[in-house]
Amino acid sequence: MTTRLLLVALAVLAAAPAAAQPSGAASCAGCHAAAGPVPGLEGRPAAEIAAAMAAFRSGERPATVMDRIAKGFSDDETRAIAEWLAGRQDHARP
Amino acid sequence: MPGRRAVLQGIAAGGAALWAPSVLGQGTARVVVVGGGFGGAGCARALRRRDVAVTLVEPEERFTACPFSNEVIAGLRDLDAQRFGYDGLRREGVEIVHRSATAVDARYRRVRLDDGTELAYDRLVLAPGIELRFDALPGYDQVAAEAMPHAWKAGAQTLLLRRQLEAMPDGGVVAIAAPANPFRCPPGPYERASLIAHYLKTRKPRSKLIVLDAKDAFSKQRLFQAAWEALYPGLLEWVPLSSGGRVTEVDAATRTLVTEFGSHRADVANVIPPQRAGAIAQAAGVADQTGWCPIDPVTFESRLQTGIHVIGDAAIAGAMPKSAFAANGQAQVCAAAIATLLRGEAPAEQKLVNTCYSLVAPGYGISVAGVYRPADGLLREVEGAGGTSPLDAPPEFREMEARYAEAWFETITGSVFG
Repeated sequence: MTTRLLLVALAVLAAAPAAAQPSGAASCAGCHAAAGPVPGLEGRPAAEIAAAMAAFRSGERPATVMDRIAKGFSDDETRAIAEWLAGRQDHARP
Repeated sequence: MPGRRAVLQGIAAGGAALWAPSVLGQGTARVVVVGGGFGGAGCARALRRRDVAVTLVEPEERFTACPFSNEVIAGLRDLDAQRFGYDGLRREGVEIVHRSATAVDARYRRVRLDDGTELAYDRLVLAPGIELRFDALPGYDQVAAEAMPHAWKAGAQTLLLRRQLEAMPDGGVVAIAAPANPFRCPPGPYERASLIAHYLKTRKPRSKLIVLDAKDAFSKQRLFQAAWEALYPGLLEWVPLSSGGRVTEVDAATRTLVTEFGSHRADVANVIPPQRAGAIAQAAGVADQTGWCPIDPVTFESRLQTGIHVIGDAAIAGAMPKSAFAANGQAQVCAAAIATLLRGEAPAEQKLVNTCYSLVAPGYGISVAGVYRPADGLLREVEGAGGTSPLDAPPEFREMEARYAEAWFETITGSVFG
């Protein structure tokens, strides 16, 4: 019974950030995963993700494709995505 | 009854207490998803992770992915690397029914399967991909496709085209007929031309490849053409619409492609015919006179039938191309919208992204990206964002994009099927 309650609690926790998924965030996981040459983003500090996006947008940080994608998002949108990704630690690698 | 049975089976499955909808507040709402590709399987999984009870209807036991299937045709990859099962979805509590959906009663919200059973739904997601039109190009039907493969649905057709290339003697002529817009995977015919050219250059260098096109422009065109000039000079010829490239008729017996300006007899002919949304979309009444499905850009709900959502290649997604990446992004947005609608709330607008890689040779990748937002009832491209890889990039850049292409495939197939 305890296990079951715990599982339910975990499921609710896992579901909570999903409900607030900000605009654009659904697409990041298309390429970004915990393993492989494209770095995973979930659980990374929000400030780090937002700064990277700003640098991609300005062209300060070289990129193959993220420069083109970052230009499609405002600072506010980027911040919301970064905070959402940072809060998904429970989804990051075990 | 099957709807009820489906719910009961779901509860009986391992770990079901965790997902039992009554525990987690989505009531007993059930979503049926038709089509187990990047869109459908991705959406089913995303819905399940939002505690929605989901049944996925897909006739095949294993999905065969189209991205990277051009590498299979060119002998650079095994078809098995393209195949994925549904155990990952099953483990998370998605009920899988290996049947074809044949009809939809939108009014009473039921899907009929090919064994006569019916599934009740609160919301239906159709992700049927494409249907090849065997009525659109004179001479090209299902029988002709055995002699002149389309290879535009990965699987047996992919291997057939590969075997034909392998059997062709050096000095032969390969022809590709590319369709007018819209069609699945806009850069696909040109990636295929590139990789077949690579095969010919390395294995059968006296051969020729001709691309007969029903268009004057195509995706990543400048990048492709620059690469063709550098890598495959004199081997690959592209004939646009304005030079008589449109194929108007074919003859399978002689492998002849007839254009407005003449005819081409090929040793291997790859005919990519016009397409439309998969059959169930036509049967459900969600496709319009174009053969594709108009949708709301926020919820992906059909403009023609309430309670039915359409995602992926079958949908008219405005500026978004028909790609696996786009289908999977739409799947996530659609799942979030459905979960919100089931709670009786209004979904918020979401931006979407597309990134498409193509290989022009092993270790030589190029990409196109776009960011899209709902506007004027469509998905419109966000201005100032997106575009293709630079024309003047160094070889290391191309190599990196080839690696990222592979990484993307690993990631997306892992997240959808793993």
